[in-house]
Amino acid sequence: MRRTRLLRLPGVLAVLAALALARGALAVDPTEMPTPELEQRYLALTHELRCMQCQNETLADSPVELAADLRHEIRDMLLAGKSDAEVRAFMVARYGDFILFRPRFTARTAWLWLAPGVLLLVGALVLGRVLRQRAALLPQDLTPVDEDTPN
Amino acid sequence: MLPELGHFALILALLLAALQAFFGIAGPALGRERWIAAVTPAVAGQFVMVATAVGCLAAAFIGDDFSVRYVASNSNSALPLFYRVTALWGAHEGSLLLWILLLAGWTVAVAVGAARLPRAFAARVLGVLGVVSFGFLLFTLATSNPFLRLDPPAGDGADLNPILQDPALAVHPPILYTGYVGFAVAFAFACAAMLEGRLDQEWARWTRPWTTTAWAFLTCGIALGSFWAYYELGWGGFWFWDPVENASFMPWLVGTALIHSLAVTDKRGLFKSWTLLLAILAFSLSMLGTFLVRSGVLVSVHSFAADPARGIFILAFLVLMIGGALALYAWRAPLLKSTAGFEFGARESFLLFNNLLLVIAAATVFAGTLAPLISDALKLGTLSVGVPYFNPTFMLTMLPLMALLPLGIHAGWKRGRLSDSTRVLLLTLAGAVIFALTLCFGIFAHGAVLTPVGAALGAWVILASLVDPLDRWRRGLSLSRAVLGMTVAHIGIGLAVIALTSVESFTFERDVALGSGASTSAAGYEFRFDGVAPIEGPNYDGVGATITVTRGGAPVAVLKPQKRQYWVQHQLTTVTAIHMSRGNNLLVALGDDLGAGRWSIRIQIRPLVTLIWLAALIMAIGGAVAASDRRYRTARAPAAAPLPAAAGEQPT
Repeated sequence: MRRTRLLRLPGVLAVLAALALARGALAVDPTEMPTPELEQRYLALTHELRCMQCQNETLADSPVELAADLRHEIRDMLLAGKSDAEVRAFMVARYGDFILFRPRFTARTAWLWLAPGVLLLVGALVLGRVLRQRAALLPQDLTPVDEDTPN
Repeated sequence: MLPELGHFALILALLLAALQAFFGIAGPALGRERWIAAVTPAVAGQFVMVATAVGCLAAAFIGDDFSVRYVASNSNSALPLFYRVTALWGAHEGSLLLWILLLAGWTVAVAVGAARLPRAFAARVLGVLGVVSFGFLLFTLATSNPFLRLDPPAGDGADLNPILQDPALAVHPPILYTGYVGFAVAFAFACAAMLEGRLDQEWARWTRPWTTTAWAFLTCGIALGSFWAYYELGWGGFWFWDPVENASFMPWLVGTALIHSLAVTDKRGLFKSWTLLLAILAFSLSMLGTFLVRSGVLVSVHSFAADPARGIFILAFLVLMIGGALALYAWRAPLLKSTAGFEFGARESFLLFNNLLLVIAAATVFAGTLAPLISDALKLGTLSVGVPYFNPTFMLTMLPLMALLPLGIHAGWKRGRLSDSTRVLLLTLAGAVIFALTLCFGIFAHGAVLTPVGAALGAWVILASLVDPLDRWRRGLSLSRAVLGMTVAHIGIGLAVIALTSVESFTFERDVALGSGASTSAAGYEFRFDGVAPIEGPNYDGVGATITVTRGGAPVAVLKPQKRQYWVQHQLTTVTAIHMSRGNNLLVALGDDLGAGRWSIRIQIRPLVTLIWLAALIMAIGGAVAASDRRYRTARAPAAAPLPAAAGEQPT
C-alpha cells in the first residue's frame, strides 16, 4: 500500500510501520469520461474526497480497493446525471464527515472556517491602534535613521 | 563494544549539557567569572561526545551489526552503503540523535562566533542552548535509546523503508533539522536577553545572521521534501497540506516574520517584545514539529497512547521550555517599552503588516492541522481538513502580503515617502500586469479568475525588488550584502508566486488505460505505450514501462516509469518518469496491470513546477547572502558588559 504521503519525515515510519502492507503503489483508474466537463467534475470530486482506509490520501490517489469501489461509484453517479452535491451527500451519509477534505460549514466547524477572517479583523484593529500610537510618538522621536544601511 | 561506547558517550554528553546549562545561566547571574569560563569547554566536550555517539551508531550501520535493535529494524545487508549511512536517521531514535548532533554543532558555531560578544551574554546564550540539549538528550536516553541490543541478534535487518531509499530524502532530514535547530539559537539569544534584562538594537544585530541562516536551511529542507514527494510518491503532487508538511511550514512562516521583525528592532529599536515572542514561537513550533510528528500525535490521536512514556515526556518538556520562556517574557516584557515613532506609510508599518499576515497564516495552518484532533478529542465527531480548506485560507493572507511587499520595500524608515516612489511603483505594476495578461491569455489561453492576479503580483514583486539595486548599480553606488540578499530572496518569492499560480491553474492530469502500442494525446503531446519489461536492482526487482512522447510528430522524450518490489519489506513503490519540455514537466507513472497487456498509466503535465523548488533555492541563497553581511561580522562588543543582571534597557 502506498501509505507514504505522511512520511515526509522519516521518523513517523516507526509509528506507521505496523500499517505497512504490500499493495499496489499507485491507484490509476482511467479518468476518461464521455465529456470533458464530466471528466473535470470526476477529477475534482475524487481529489476532495478522502480514502477511508489510508492515512491522508485522496480517493484519486489511493491504491486500496475500497477507494477503487468509491471511484466507480462516483463515476456511475455522475454518468447517471447526479450533481456534485448529491455525490457528496451520498458519501457523507455512508461514511460521515471524515470523508470530506473540505469540512462542511456547520456549528461545530464554524470556528475553523471563521478563524482566518476573525484573526485578520482583530489583527487589523490592533494594528490600527499601534500605528496611531507610533504616529503620535513621532514628533518627540528625534533619533536619526541610518540611511547607509537600508535594511 | 562500539554501541556501548556510543551509549556511554551519550550519557557523558548529557552530563556536560547539564554543566553547560548550569554554568552558563548561574555563572553570569551570580557573577562567577570561573563558572563562565567553564561554559565553552563544556560545549566543546559535549560536541565531541555526541559526535562519538553518532560515529558509533554509524559504524554499527556500516558494519551490519544486527545485534543493535535500531540497526536491525532499519537496515539490511543488501542495502547499498550510502543508504546504510543515511538509515541512521531513517527512524525516530536516530533522527533525535541527528537533531542533537546538529544542535551541538550550532552551539560550537555560536561559541566561536560569540567570542565578539560580551562574555556574560555569550555564556547565557550557551547556557540556554545547554538546557535545550539536556532535554533532548534526556528524552533520547530515557525513551528512545538507539543503542539497545537485541538478544539473540537478528540474522538480517528489516531494511530501510524503500521510499526512503532516495538521494533527496536521504539529505532532507539533516537540512531541515539544521533549520529547526537554528531557531534554537534565536530562542537562546531571546532568553539570554531576557535573563540579562537588556535588549537593544545591538542584540538584534547579533541575532539576525543566525536567524537568517536557520531560515535559509529550513527553506531548502522544505523544498527538498516537496521535490521528493513530487517524483517519489507517484501521485505527482508537490504539496498536500499534510500534517507533516505543515509541521515544517509553520516554523517557516513564523521564522519569516521573525527575520523581518528583527530588522525593525535592529534599525529602529522597535517591536522588541514582539520580536522576543516570535523567537520563542518559532522555536516552539520547531520543537512541536520535531516531536509531534515523531510521536505520531498528528497522524492519529491513538498512536499517542502507543508509547505513553514518550508522549508524557514530550508534553512535560514542551510545557517547561515554552512555559519557562513565556514566564521570563512576562517578567521582562514591561522593561522593553520603546518610545520610537513612525508615520503610517513608513517601512515599519509595512513590516508590521508582514508580521501580522505571516503569523495569521501560521495560525490558520495550525488551526487546520489540529482541527481533526480537537474535533476528535472533544467528541464532536471525526473531521478531515485538506487542500480545499488550506488553499483558499492561505491565499486570504498571502494575496495582501504580496500586494504590500512592493510598497514596503520602497517605503522609507520612520517617515513614509511612498509618494517619491509612486512613478516606479506604477511602472512596475504596469509591467507586471502586462506579464500576467501575456501568460494567461497569450501562452495558456485560459485560466481561473485568480490566475492573472497571482501572476501579476508575483511579477510585481520581482520588478519592484529589482528597481532599487539596479538604480544603485547604475549610479555606481555600493550594494551591501544585506540589501542584495533581501533583493534575491524577494525575487525568489515572486518567482514562487508565479510558479504556484501557473501550476495550480494550468496542470493537466489524466489517468488512462493503454494496451501495448496504443497512444493517447494530452495537451498537445502524444503518449505512446510501448509495453513493459522486467527490471532488477541491487535490492529490488519489478517492471519498467517504455512510453514515447511526441509533439506534432517530432520526438520529445522516451519515459521509463517503474514499479519496484523491494525484497525485504515486500513493498511496491512507484518510480515516476519525468521530462522537462518547454517549461512543462511531463510526468508519467505506471499504475496497475489490467490484464491482456493493458496497463493503467497516469499522465500529468505541470507547467513551471520546477520553478517552485528553484524559487525556494533562490530564497535560501538570498538568506545566505544577507546573513554574510559585513555589518554582522564587525559587531564590536561594548567595553563593559552589565554584570550581574542589570535591569533596564539602553535608550534608543
